[in-house]
Amino acid sequence: MLEIQNITKVYNPGTITEHCLFDRFSLTVEEGQFVAIVGSNGSGKTSLLNIICGSIPIEGGDVLVDGQSIARMKDYQRYAAMGRVYQNPAAGTCPNLTMLENLSLADNKGKTFGLSRAVNKKRVDFYREQLQSLGLGLEDKLDVKMGALSGGQRQAVSLLMATMTPLRFLILDEHTAALDPKTAEIIMELTDKVVREKHLTAMMVTHNLRYAVEYGDRVLMMDRGHVVLDRAGEEKKNTSIDDILEMFNQISIVCGN
Amino acid sequence: MQDLLISTLIQGLIYALISFGVYITYSILDFPDLGVDGTFPLGAAITAVLLTRGVNAWLTLPTAILVGTLAGLFTGLIHVRLKIRNLLAGIITMTALFSVNLQIAGSNLAVDRDTDTIFTSPAVMALFGDMTLMGRKLVISLLLVAAVKVLLDLYFKTKSGLLLRAVGDNAGLVTALAKDRGSVKILGLAISNALVALAGCIVCHDLRSYSATMGTGQLVYGLAAVIIGISTFRFYEGSPLARMFRSRKALRWLGAPAGTTAVIVGSVLYKLCIQIALSMGLPANMMKLITAMLFLLVLVLSGRKGEEIIHA
Repeated sequence: MLEIQNITKVYNPGTITEHCLFDRFSLTVEEGQFVAIVGSNGSGKTSLLNIICGSIPIEGGDVLVDGQSIARMKDYQRYAAMGRVYQNPAAGTCPNLTMLENLSLADNKGKTFGLSRAVNKKRVDFYREQLQSLGLGLEDKLDVKMGALSGGQRQAVSLLMATMTPLRFLILDEHTAALDPKTAEIIMELTDKVVREKHLTAMMVTHNLRYAVEYGDRVLMMDRGHVVLDRAGEEKKNTSIDDILEMFNQISIVCGN
Repeated sequence: MQDLLISTLIQGLIYALISFGVYITYSILDFPDLGVDGTFPLGAAITAVLLTRGVNAWLTLPTAILVGTLAGLFTGLIHVRLKIRNLLAGIITMTALFSVNLQIAGSNLAVDRDTDTIFTSPAVMALFGDMTLMGRKLVISLLLVAAVKVLLDLYFKTKSGLLLRAVGDNAGLVTALAKDRGSVKILGLAISNALVALAGCIVCHDLRSYSATMGTGQLVYGLAAVIIGISTFRFYEGSPLARMFRSRKALRWLGAPAGTTAVIVGSVLYKLCIQIALSMGLPANMMKLITAMLFLLVLVLSGRKGEEIIHA
């Protein structure tokens, strides 16, 4: 269980551009829940993910996993139990390393990076199998540098790398936003598959309302640091895209857009 | 003429050790480490002092590596833990080391002719005694550089080495692997500075002298060698010859040479350019000016980083 308790986040404190995004914001995410978060730009979706991952500091409050505070843990320490896929397909892999080297790095997460050989030949078949399951024809490109692959291919490999070793939380930050509709669909289906298979607790920020309704167990809509809509279980099942769109329009009208 | 070419080759090989260090910081970590200008004379200073005290010539090598490692750790720690910008962290180390070097060995220190260097030590004389001094210098510097190259190539293929390459390529991924990117950077700086101090040590053996100012311009030298080497090899990799090599499995390694090989070639080529400039009658006092101007030329021709030009 992931709990966010009374967090306060102020951008540019003490300056003329000071902006308080979160003022004692709280949220609880149940184990194994797939939470889809929607909302306009600046509503605090990505900041929320950054706070969970420890990428940005908070001014107050606490982040808890199973009742234990992780607020004082460094970002890299938190990633021991987390995986993250970014909007930018280049963010999840090393462009100048080959796909095999990238996968080998991901495969070794949680272990020591010592002086043994980085690429374990015995694992190559496993990597091939994993790549084959993506259905993008990547299994023959193990020796190709990551930077030579397309955005969609890189994003698929990023997802594979982020979830290769045992983990509990998957953080998805608009991870389909930079992809063409067809590739986005493929990545979304892969995401759903891995979340269900590995029983992950996932938090996905998206601008695609259909993805949010279709794949999320729970849909959150955020606006200026507040949750303005929170549907889960039966309630979520009865929520259509139109309902969410209507809510979205209301917020936008209030904002004067 | 032949002697001049051989001595240029020896210089190129010895100074390739600096370029290896710069290759790690600049090419792999994307960290222009000015500390090199202090670490290089540090290696020479400690070597000169040990040699004049009668310490075995070969023992100066691990000692130089050790002090270089410490200097690299210092730069790394102030950059990572105290969050000093990379260029400034190097400048702080370089400036501090200037005094440290003066404390260790003064402003100049000569090693007298009776003292054995690695090029005249009993073991070497037993093996290569029938060669001229220059011949021995060539053989030993070649062996040393080859050994360091092979060790580095092996290291880059280990898990630790791959993580080092990853941190310069995409530091965010290292964080996502639950590893502290700062520690990886510090490790890279330590290895780099160890190699640079080793270069200072070998140069001291070669010249039989140390001077506090011998570090000036060494980072520029290393950068130029790395950029020349990598640009040349990128050019080569795109050539039909390299493609032909790559298409045959047994010759594949010839078609895609390692970065470390490029660095050695770059170092030798750069020393050659400087030597040509000097042979054309330029006074030795102008050497650093030539080094800087050649570097500028290399930067302009290679498209700043030496990598983009090929892709553009």
